Amino acid sequence: MTDLLEVRDLTMRFGGLTAVDHLSFKVKQGEIHGLIGPNGAGKTTTFNMISGFYTPSGGHVLLRGEEISGYKMHEVARRGVVRTFQHSTLFAELTVMENALVGTHMPFRPNVVAAIFGWDKEDRQKAQARATEALEFFGIDHLKTERAGDLSHGHQRALGLAVAYASHPSLMLLDEPFTGMNPEETRRMMDLMKKLREEGITILIVEHDMQAIMGLCDTITCMSFGKFLAEGGPEEIRNHPDVIEAYLGGSRNVA
Amino acid sequence: MLKHLLWPIALVALVLLPHGLSFSQQEILVFLTINVLLVSTYRLLTLTGEWSLGHVVIMGVGAYASALYTKEFGVFVPVSMLLGGITAALIAILLSFPLFRMKGFYFLIGSFAAGEIIRLLWKRFRDPFGGAKGIKGIDPMPDFSIGIYDFDFFEPISYYYFAGTIVIFCLWILWRIEKSPVGLTFHAVHWQDKLAEASGVNLRAYRTLAFAIASGFAGIGGALMAHYVGTINPNSFDVEVMVFVLTWAIVGGTGTFYGPILGCVLLTVLNEIVLREMGFEQLRPLIYGAILIASILFLPNGLESIVQRFTRKEAKS
Repeated sequence: MTDLLEVRDLTMRFGGLTAVDHLSFKVKQGEIHGLIGPNGAGKTTTFNMISGFYTPSGGHVLLRGEEISGYKMHEVARRGVVRTFQHSTLFAELTVMENALVGTHMPFRPNVVAAIFGWDKEDRQKAQARATEALEFFGIDHLKTERAGDLSHGHQRALGLAVAYASHPSLMLLDEPFTGMNPEETRRMMDLMKKLREEGITILIVEHDMQAIMGLCDTITCMSFGKFLAEGGPEEIRNHPDVIEAYLGGSRNVA
Repeated sequence: MLKHLLWPIALVALVLLPHGLSFSQQEILVFLTINVLLVSTYRLLTLTGEWSLGHVVIMGVGAYASALYTKEFGVFVPVSMLLGGITAALIAILLSFPLFRMKGFYFLIGSFAAGEIIRLLWKRFRDPFGGAKGIKGIDPMPDFSIGIYDFDFFEPISYYYFAGTIVIFCLWILWRIEKSPVGLTFHAVHWQDKLAEASGVNLRAYRTLAFAIASGFAGIGGALMAHYVGTINPNSFDVEVMVFVLTWAIVGGTGTFYGPILGCVLLTVLNEIVLREMGFEQLRPLIYGAILIASILFLPNGLESIVQRFTRKEAKS
């Protein structure tokens, strides 16, 4: 398997605080890659740097070998890296269908002139079809006409993923997708992510829910206080002494 | 059945309307028509979530440009109106570079400052802008005939038909834009700019696009006004007029396409016809202000919320 994304010596400083310190890891094509660590480890900051939300203080983000660090968020997105947000970030005032249609912005780029004269009929139909497909994939197509803000929490998370999925991404960055979900919803969401992997979409996931992470990821990178700590398969990470120490705090003294 | 008849009936009513009015009311009707375009373009700008205080000055850019093109270069009037709109759009694109580094409240103040700078430039440079006195003797629209009707532009009725046709055409374009994927993207930029950006939307480009389109059509509105009145000066486009536009938009509500138009029409009728007829000449600004406050208190979603209440009931039953 080839590397889709490579993070090399990535560093982020906020004033005197170094939130991410020379972090390096690789994400292979077609896998689900987990990024874990205790609170404040710098996971979300790393995410924000990869997606272009922050400009890194140092280091590189390489997508298929091409440098993408320092690009704006929409420029990164146009290269196939689409992110979701930690909270239920949606267009709350728009309908579910309209949310998904915004997700199709990249494959079917709107054009003012064509829109005025009605030359974009075909594009609009295709965008509609793609949006419907994305909603069906996440099982929320029956809610099409609802206001996104009125949906239940679980459906909102699913819609957030559908918006990202609608744009035909090659890499999805999921920021804590299981937060606030009950075990049943979590299980259903895990199945959906495995389905995404089967479609060839690579997933990088930041998550607190260890059960979900261990059951889902092919590779896990663990970080602590902004630094790389360990990397490996779920079994390896679960038994790694440094990881246990980072999570439980000085486990050796206790044991 | 009723729905299909609604538009033709509205059109016939608009055609017949000026014949029942006095001469001064016909003149007000012409300004009302232009203001409907102005307030609709303002709504397009607010779709992306930015409220500008320079919109009336941008309209003035269209007016000055169109007036100067006819005066200095002898451009045919309808063509110069179009060119005036294009000039306003280009100026807006230039202004977007400093202005769209700001958002929200800062953009509001920045747009006000930009507008005042343009107005001061008009005042400072007598050549070609005519200084504080502005430009006088702007070429009127040349008379023409379309067979069934002779356009004589000394008559406000003729100008009303002419401006009305252009305004309806512009409104149609604005409507098409809003209902298209481009309009949806404007909404997306407004409600969650970060998520829109993560979906690949170039925020700066879309904000600039909305600003340029709104400014272009406002410029056409300004040109329509300049060639009707025949004289323009920097004070025709000062912040007082902007306050009127804001009032129309807020009282009407900016949630729907027709909201601001509703606000503009009702408040103009109220201000110019009802209050003037009743003879409250001095008290008019006071009453106008009271209406604004009352509508914010009791109709926070604007006049459109009343219409929506009725149409929703209909849809349910």
